Formats: sequence, structure tokens, C-alpha cells
Amino acid sequence: MLTKLNGGKIYDPANQVNGEVRHVFIRDGRIVATPASGEQVEREYDISGRIVMAGAIDLHTHIGGGKVNIARNMLPEDHRGDIVERTSLTRSGCGHAVPSTLTAGYRYAEMGYTTCFEPALLPANARQAHMEMGDTPIIDKGGYALLGSDDFLLRMLAAKSDQKAINDYVAWTLNAAQCIGIKVVNPGGISAFKFNQRKLDVDEEHAYYHVTPRQILKVLTQALSDLGVPHPLHVHGCNLGVPGNAETTLQTIRAAEGLPMHLTHIQFHSYDTEGDRKFSSGAARVAESINNNKNITADVGQIMFGQTVTASGDTMAQYRNAPHGHPKKWVVMDIECDAGCGVVPFRYLDKNFVNALQWAIGLEIFLMVNDPWRIFLTTDHPTGAPFMSYPHLIKLLMDKTYRNNVLATINPDAAAMSTLASLTREYTLYEIATMTRAAPAKILGLADRGHLGLGAAADITVYSEDADREKMFARPDYVFKDGELVAQNGKIVKVTWGNTHVVKPEFDKVIEKQLKSYFERYQTIRMDNFKISDDEMYECGHGNKLLLHPCRKQT
Amino acid sequence: MTQLLSPGVWDEVPCPFCGLACDDLRVSTQSSKLEVIANGCPMSCKAFAGLSSSKPTAPRIAEKNVSLKNAAAAAAVILKKAKQPLIAGLGTDVAGMRALMQIADRIGAVVDHMNSVSFMSNVLALQDGGWLTTTLSEVRNRVDLLVIAGTDVVTRFPRFFERYIWNRDALFGSNAREVVYLGRGLDTQAGTAPDGRKPTVIACDITHISEIAGALRCLIAGRHMQIDRVAGVPLSELQQLAKRMQNARYGVLAWSAADFDFKHAELAVQSLCELVKDLNRGTRFSSLPLGGNEGDVTANQVCSWQSGFPLRTGFGSGHPDYDPRHFFAQRMLQQNEADALLWISSFNEKRTPPETAVPTVVLGRSGMSFNREPDVYIPVATPGIDHSGHIYRTDNVVALPLRKLRESALPSVAQVIAEIEKAL
Repeated sequence: MLTKLNGGKIYDPANQVNGEVRHVFIRDGRIVATPASGEQVEREYDISGRIVMAGAIDLHTHIGGGKVNIARNMLPEDHRGDIVERTSLTRSGCGHAVPSTLTAGYRYAEMGYTTCFEPALLPANARQAHMEMGDTPIIDKGGYALLGSDDFLLRMLAAKSDQKAINDYVAWTLNAAQCIGIKVVNPGGISAFKFNQRKLDVDEEHAYYHVTPRQILKVLTQALSDLGVPHPLHVHGCNLGVPGNAETTLQTIRAAEGLPMHLTHIQFHSYDTEGDRKFSSGAARVAESINNNKNITADVGQIMFGQTVTASGDTMAQYRNAPHGHPKKWVVMDIECDAGCGVVPFRYLDKNFVNALQWAIGLEIFLMVNDPWRIFLTTDHPTGAPFMSYPHLIKLLMDKTYRNNVLATINPDAAAMSTLASLTREYTLYEIATMTRAAPAKILGLADRGHLGLGAAADITVYSEDADREKMFARPDYVFKDGELVAQNGKIVKVTWGNTHVVKPEFDKVIEKQLKSYFERYQTIRMDNFKISDDEMYECGHGNKLLLHPCRKQT
Repeated sequence: MTQLLSPGVWDEVPCPFCGLACDDLRVSTQSSKLEVIANGCPMSCKAFAGLSSSKPTAPRIAEKNVSLKNAAAAAAVILKKAKQPLIAGLGTDVAGMRALMQIADRIGAVVDHMNSVSFMSNVLALQDGGWLTTTLSEVRNRVDLLVIAGTDVVTRFPRFFERYIWNRDALFGSNAREVVYLGRGLDTQAGTAPDGRKPTVIACDITHISEIAGALRCLIAGRHMQIDRVAGVPLSELQQLAKRMQNARYGVLAWSAADFDFKHAELAVQSLCELVKDLNRGTRFSSLPLGGNEGDVTANQVCSWQSGFPLRTGFGSGHPDYDPRHFFAQRMLQQNEADALLWISSFNEKRTPPETAVPTVVLGRSGMSFNREPDVYIPVATPGIDHSGHIYRTDNVVALPLRKLRESALPSVAQVIAEIEKAL
């Protein structure tokens, strides 16, 4: 079937198209060239004057896996406030902080998002994350496997294994956990917490293995580079939330030694210690360092005011921050000699000095990092705020009058300590399209997503221009997923199931010999039961396809 | 994954019959007999063997054999007619639970598990205060002090000590582990170390465990207590225990809520969770809530991710309503608040539905015998023997892949529900 989107204004930064009026043709789920004259257009949408972008991509959102489900179990009171009724087309569920899987899929699609990445799949729990994402409709999914606090890697480092063996283990993990990237959380710190270490700096040794976070960052960035995995190491750094951690972040950037590295929820890692309360913004120097180091990308992890829940693999930080949580209940869990998780409900208050400054710091980073190809729009859903707040965040970025109006309402001491009022930058639609489409596709290696060029997957979002950008981005007119109209005027019109993005780098099978015996001696599951097969992915995902992306191995 | 070692012999078979889900079993399926030939335990050997003999596979309506299609149609009529259908038992795998959630949403049913009395004790404690927990591999490699509250563990989880406490190899430290039981009349034999060291037993009435936990919290906080006994236990014993707990490098406090057979057990669970939290101010200590039998963890996981709420959720209003007191299946049946029951038990043929007069559909392991024949009985396959699937372990983290070990004429729960849905 040939579909035509007639006369929209196209924002397609990957192909340097900035607001030009063009037609878009779709056939068999792909964007195709203008057909020969006389060819029958079967479906035509008149979208003249409307804004056309590729479907948005969220490269860091906790939508599946153990900690997400713990948060669901723990917070019925939050969910009762946002109950979703069943319709003839869609299943019932709930939303707010940690939506049910079905609701998450519908709402992402209704908001014009077509691809989402769960950033922390513990390999021991990867099966659950994939099963939950399998029950998340419409959008495509993918995950980053967590390494860096797993005893197998730490033992390798302590034993000074060569880089090649580490590469094999990293590649094996990507295959076994069916992931597209590797995440490291508080490198070595989740393990150190199991040995009762409560703090770990970039050059501080793990109490048992005597390995430092810097060493872990070094071997993992090197491994991904050697294996040619498109997505750089996805780094949740040391000292999350600790005043003064801007310095840690700069050290982390140096630890990349020029290799590609992605720093996630950088807002939580950009704090200094000036002022009476010994808490101040480190956004300027973090942004400067990102600007100067072209190998670095970052997503912000903006906080928004209101109730949410923080979900993280960083047990050390979550245990430390639990007393600040609201309501007063929390979960911390040590997991399988693999990693851990911490779930702490949080209520960010605009009148609270620290929260207000966190909010300003996130926006400062957005506005001070110059290159929208290297900074990404996230709230670290749900840790900074639920993903439903993205349209509001876009408005804050695109509308400085609105931003300054909000700034005038937050804790005045925090406002006074922020440079936000002096930042006059307003994001353009082209820049928003870059940071939410083109750029994430690029650093994830998704060649056929995030753009509207010929041959691209027809994941397309059409908005009505509206000066109120929040309204505009909250409810697109049309959302197409692989060429099918799935949402119209912010409501689901068709339910599809989406696929899973993966990489499968090659590795020397010798590593499996070591792993097999390691699993038998120390683990409580056998290696072959640990690995997730392609058949399982199919069963878990409603006939899910694996979208395999090539790794360009360095020679 | 589970592999065929030689014709009819499977290796690395995960066992779906208790929450430990040990996956090192070797199982022979030769000559239609199912036999655990390595790494079995009394529970798994019996459960696998129980699936050997050929039992009737035909669905029944009012004791008469019918086709699956007719049985599904009859089930659909019962469910459709009901104003408040109840889907309970829920002894099934991930795929089965997914199908049950879908049909529950469609017909406005309440979902509850056969083990929910104990399971919900943990959920309620989680919802009220949270907890600090660990998983089986962490226990196996790290524990130096294991404190067990109110259970012998091994009755429900036979290989617990063999696999996680007295294991020869551990990543850290020695396996000179210490075991302490809190409770009375427990069989503590499994807690004796291979070198003969006996466990410490602090004899107390488990219904008073909250008092014990409270006293330990006081002692750990350094407070002075002006009594010499707590729940009948001499204070000096508790002082010693508090010291041992504080001196542990990685302590674990385990319980099985199924053995907390008293009212408001969630308060007992919570007191243990809070004790563990306090211990972490100085050292590392984790809780280990043991469960997962008959797929209770599996059912709850799927229910939570699909609806946003734990078990005991109803869909009667067109959306999920979670009510841990109201939507207790047995209570609803006793109070005549449900008018149809769909009961699922694919792991255990002994777990038949509770006595009820309401129209009942049973999807049960073949060979179930009933005091009162249900209106519709559809024998179903057992996950991990007759079909592939997934089941969760006690720790809520690891989901084991189950494999089909033999050909079977029995449909899976998911297949039967799909048939019923077609007939709705």
C-alpha cells in the first residue's frame, strides 16, 4: 500500500532538512521516493502546515525489569491516582510514576515516541526486562546490559586478564542478554557496597578486588570500541547526587581517554559545594567539558517537581539517599553477584532549595551544551520525572519567557544561585528533532531510524504547530509506526507490538568454557539457562523480531 | 538451555516445583516414565514421577468426557454469565499468567493466587516500609551468618542448605558459616554444618517474632532494656545474637511467610525487614523472603507489570482495582461475593479449588481428584515438562527458561485460555 503525507513541514536533521515543505511517501513500512506518475496513492493525509518529524527515540527510560516492577508493587497509592480504563482496543492499566507495561507503550506512542531503550538490564534479570518490554505495545525496544559490578569482570580485572578476554566477555554478555549496548553504574560500586563500602571515587580502590572505577571504565570503553559496538559505554558515574560530584564527572570524562563515552543523567552528577548550604551548580564546568570533548555525549536526567520514584542499579547511592525519600519506604537489593537495585520514592518540591537547584542545573546543562547532537532529552524516567513530562520539558527549552516565569516561582535562594535567568537560548524545532530523533539514532547505530530519508523505517510523527510547545508535543495529530497509523490526535487507533534492537558481536568461544565452570561453581543458574535464546525473545514479545545492527569491528 | 544428553535424557533441567527452581536436574523421559536421575530432592523426584503414568487427558463437563472446544465453550458461558468472576489458583507459568491477565481484563475478573495469604504478607510489608533483600547467588557466595525465622526451610525448599549454605565453593571467604534458628519445634538438622557444627537455636514462639525483632533493634541501637526476658527468651541470648548480627560481614535473615501461620503476619515480616535495615547502618545484612512455590512469584510479577498492581487486583470496574483485603479469593467465595470460579493449578494436582457452590472451571494438572466435580475440568500440561515456558524463582529476579521434555496431548494454560477467549 502506498501512503502519502501531503505537504508537511519536514524537520529531519539527519538529512539536513530544516522545515522544508515536502511530501512523504510510505510503502511497506518504509519511506520511499516520489512514485512514478500514475501510481495509485491509496491513502493520503493532508498535513499541509503541520510539522513532520521522525518518531522520537528515548535512549534512557526505565520501562522494564526487576526494579521497575518492584516500584509498581511498592506504590499502589501512586497508581490509584492515574487509573487507565480498558477500551475496545486497549487494555486497562495505570500510569503516573511507573506505568503498567501496556499503558507505557500506549502513552509513549500517543506522545510520538516510537523507540525506547531500557538502560539497565542486569544480565541475571534480562529475561524479565525483555518479557516486560515484550508486553509493552507499539514501540520498539532495546536494552543496555549492566556490567562493571559483576564478580566475573571484577575477577578478570583483579587477575589482570588481557583486553581480548574482556572483549570476549563483553560480547558474550551482549549476546546472552540480547542487548544493544553496555551500561556501567557506579563502576565497581554496586559490588563494593556488598563489601560495606559506602563511597567510591574514580581512583578509589574496591575494598576486595583493589580495582578502581577508572580501570573499569577504561576496559569497558576499550572493549566496545574494539568490538565496534555502535553505542558507546553508557556511564552512570560515581558519587551520584553527592555535592562536589562535578569534579567526579570531569575525572570520568578524562577516564574515557578520548574514546566514545555516554554520560547518563548528567544532572545528578553536576553538583558543586559553594554557598552556605554547600550545594551549588557545577553545570557550567560540566557543560564546558562536554563541549570540549567531542567523544562525549550525555543525557540530562532532568528533574520535574512532583511525586515520582527513583529506580537505579546504584545500591550505594540509593541506600545513601533513602532518608531523603518520600513516602518513607524503599527497597535496596543485592543481586546475583551481578549487580543490584535500589528503588526510593521521591517528591521533588519547587520550594525546596536542593530540588529547585537540581531543576535549574538540568536546564543549565541543556542550554550550555552547544551541540544538540551530543545532549539528549531525558528525565531518567521515572527517577527525575515520569516520561509524560517530556512535552513540558520541551516547552521549558523552547520558550525562555515561560522558563523565566517558572524560575520566578521556585525556591528564591536556589534561583539566585543559578545562572538560568541569564541563559537566553531557546531550542529550535530543528534542535529538538536532533536531540530526540537524529542524534539518539546516530549514537545507537540505528541506521534506519530517527530520520525521514529514503529507505528509513516509516516511524513518523506529525504535529500541529502551536506556540504552546507543551500542548503541541503532548498530542501529535498522527503517529505512524513502521508505516501504520497507530495514534491519532493523541489516542491509540491501532495496537502493534514492536520489535527489539540488538547487536551480536562475535567472540571467541573459549570464554564460554570459563563461564560454564564459573556458573557451575558459584552461580545458582547454569550458563546455558542464563543465556536468552532468540526463540525466547520471539515467545516473550508477541512475535517480536530482533532488529540486528552491525558491529564494525576495529582491526 | 536444557539439553538432550542422550535419547530421553535431559540435562540442566530447571525444576518448577519449588521456589528455588534448581536448574541442575537430570531427568529421564525414557519409556514415558519421568525420573529425576541426578540432583533430585524428595519434592522434585515425587513431582516428576507423579507425571509418569498416563492419566486421563480428556476435558470433562459434569464428569462426561468432551472435546477441548466444547469444554472451552462451556467455560466461556460460565465466565460470561458471572457478574463477578474470580480467577484464582494461578499455578502457571509466565505465558499462562499473561493469558489469564488478558481474559481477566476482558471479563472483569478478580485475580488471586492460592498462596496469597502468605505471599501478601510480604507484599504488604514491602508497600508499607520496603526492604533490603538479596538473592540466592549472593547467599551462596557471601553469607557468613544465616538467621532463620520460624521455618526449617527444607520442608518447602529441600535443597536450600545443600546449594546455598553448605556449598563447597564460594567466591568469598570460607564456608564456615553460622546458622541461627528462631522458633520452636523446628527440625534444625539441615542447619548442621558438614563439619558437625550445630546451629544455634533460640527457642521462641514464632507468633512473638515481632517482639524479638523489636528487642534486637533496641539492642542494636544501643538502648538499655529493663527486662530480662522477651517473648520468653532470656535477654542475654538476644544480646549475644544482636552482637553476632552486628559482627557479621554479610548476614542474611530468611523467613518463609507460608510458615507464619497467624493473623497479620505482614507485621511480623515488617519487623524483620526493619531489623535488617537497622543492621545496615553498620554492616551488610539482607533479608531473604522465601516463596515462589506453585508459581506465586511468577503470577505476581506478571500481574504487576501488566496492571501496575500486585495480586488481589480486580477488573470489574473496567480498570484495575487493587484491594489486598477485599479481593482475597477464599474470603470472596465464603462471603458469596463471586459467582464463578476459574481455578488454575498446573504444577500440583493436590491443589484443588476451595469448597464452593459457585460454578467452577478447573484448569488443573491431569489426574486431579475432586471432592465435588467442577462444572468444567480441563486437564492441562505442566510447564517445563509438557511445554516450554518461564517461571520465577523465590528471589523475584531470576526467571528460568523451562523446556518441553516430552510430547504431550495436554494443552497449556495459555492455549486453553485462548480457546475460552475465542468462545466468549
